[in-house]
Amino acid sequence: MVEEQHNTTSGAAPASREASAPDLSVTLCGVRLDNPVIPASGTFGYGNEFKDFYDINILGTFSFKGTTREARFGNPTPRIAECTAGMINAVGLQNPGIDAVIERELPRLRTFFHKPVIANISGFSVEEYAYCCQRIDREEQVGWIEVNVSCPNVRHGGMSFGTSPEAAAEVTRAVKAVTTKPVFIKLSPNVTDIVSIARACEEAGADGICLINTLLGMRVDVRRRRAVIANTMGGFSGPAVFPVAVRMVYQVARACRIPVMGCGGVQTARDVIEMMMAGATAVQVGAANLVNPYACRDIIEALPDEMRRLGISRLSEIIGIVE
Amino acid sequence: MRPGTDRLPLPGSQRITMYKRDIYRILTNEPLTDAVWRMTLEGDTQWITAPGQFVNIALEGKYLRRPISVCDYDARTLTLIYKVVGDGTAQMSRMTPGEELDLLTGLGNGFTPKESSQRPLLVGGGVGVPPLYNLARRLLASGRHVEVVLGFNTASEIFYEEEFRALGCSVTVATADGSRGVKGFVTTAIAERGLDFDYFYACGPLPMLRALCDGVPQDGQLSFEERMGCGFGACMGCSCKTKYGNKRICKEGPVLEKGEIIW
Repeated sequence: MVEEQHNTTSGAAPASREASAPDLSVTLCGVRLDNPVIPASGTFGYGNEFKDFYDINILGTFSFKGTTREARFGNPTPRIAECTAGMINAVGLQNPGIDAVIERELPRLRTFFHKPVIANISGFSVEEYAYCCQRIDREEQVGWIEVNVSCPNVRHGGMSFGTSPEAAAEVTRAVKAVTTKPVFIKLSPNVTDIVSIARACEEAGADGICLINTLLGMRVDVRRRRAVIANTMGGFSGPAVFPVAVRMVYQVARACRIPVMGCGGVQTARDVIEMMMAGATAVQVGAANLVNPYACRDIIEALPDEMRRLGISRLSEIIGIVE
Repeated sequence: MRPGTDRLPLPGSQRITMYKRDIYRILTNEPLTDAVWRMTLEGDTQWITAPGQFVNIALEGKYLRRPISVCDYDARTLTLIYKVVGDGTAQMSRMTPGEELDLLTGLGNGFTPKESSQRPLLVGGGVGVPPLYNLARRLLASGRHVEVVLGFNTASEIFYEEEFRALGCSVTVATADGSRGVKGFVTTAIAERGLDFDYFYACGPLPMLRALCDGVPQDGQLSFEERMGCGFGACMGCSCKTKYGNKRICKEGPVLEKGEIIW
């Protein structure tokens, strides 16, 4: 089996393969995606900003802005700091609240996006996570729920649930009890042992794992002698974190049986393929959308040629191919 | 009305939002003062629909784009005036005619000329002056008498005084150190010269905008600055609270109305 996989991906692909169109589709918890490219939560709003750039129906799907029970303004500004090969954000889960998302954002989204969407849910208590997931469970357009237990920018919430196996499992159980939709738990890289947390989520019934959220980071304005970001620290993302993400995807995909959505620093079609080879079933693209609003479209358009170059006929075949 | 953030229609919110990412060729790039440069670019300007909008510029080796307000534009060219404040803008100042830049254009809600105002006042502070230039042209073209007050720290930092005058504006300059024009701030100049106006448009540092709003009874529109991630409303990096709900400086702004601002 292993030998066979090696053969199909080694340098020279059979001529018959090159003739047929590469198959980009993957299956995420039983739902087929046209391609594995998924804009990550917090970089794509509720889709509205990007429909002015391109037809977002070309995407596999997208993960909408982290949504909480109540509307949140988030942190004071400045919330953004530039870094070499990346950025720090400390937005702090600004969102209009679950009611406004259901009453306003989803009906509007339906007018220009015709695929199931990933609902990203954040919270400050187990009850809040469960409440929001129960509300969103009734929404037909939501194909998956992504539970964010890894936001580094809010106190007493987010990341505090994702840094202990017990707390992550508790949130998973509470959410699974109130929804029939597939549940992904989005994990933080700011932990000692990612595998134990991912396993705890799997054992608690999670249908998949998404990782990584941002790395905790900080910049100092040396002229003003203070932190660039009003909240002092924030989440670091961008191409600089890609190797960390690939490593964690690899570790978790090997340790768990449930699918992994890879996320972190992805910028190109080749990055997508690399992350899938490390174990990702689908790949999220985050900060790249903010720098190049066409990033996901460009990646999707580049994937077939990149696959041909690498002798890949079906993307789904390379998932976790790295030993 | 834009669902999501606003409760009331915004200036310019009726227009169809479209953006363009394209490559623009540098025609000229020259210093106006020690730190302020003017760059003219050639390319598709069709998505720029209002004075006070901005472009977001990708620079080699810099992760985030640089938002720069549009000073002026026509069918084929746009003029940007920028201050060299860091590595990115320093890099821009070293670029030469013929080189190309990747821009997102048509960003933000700019100034919306107020129909009923016949005697508008334009107030610019430092590098906040540029976006008022195209606005001045439009207001003059529609037959308004345009008063302009430009505030700078010192005489050597003054730029575009003559350009506004050449358009046909009545121009007053203020310098904080008194090295030229009225000594003091723009508000000093407005009071000292007893300027007669029925509405104002302003862009400049936050303390100037606040002093102006507090200092004059007239209504107006103000352009704000904030550290941005994307520049097109996706990242929520530049949010602010207004009386009409949360807004994004890059999307519903950068121009806000005096009446909605929470200082």
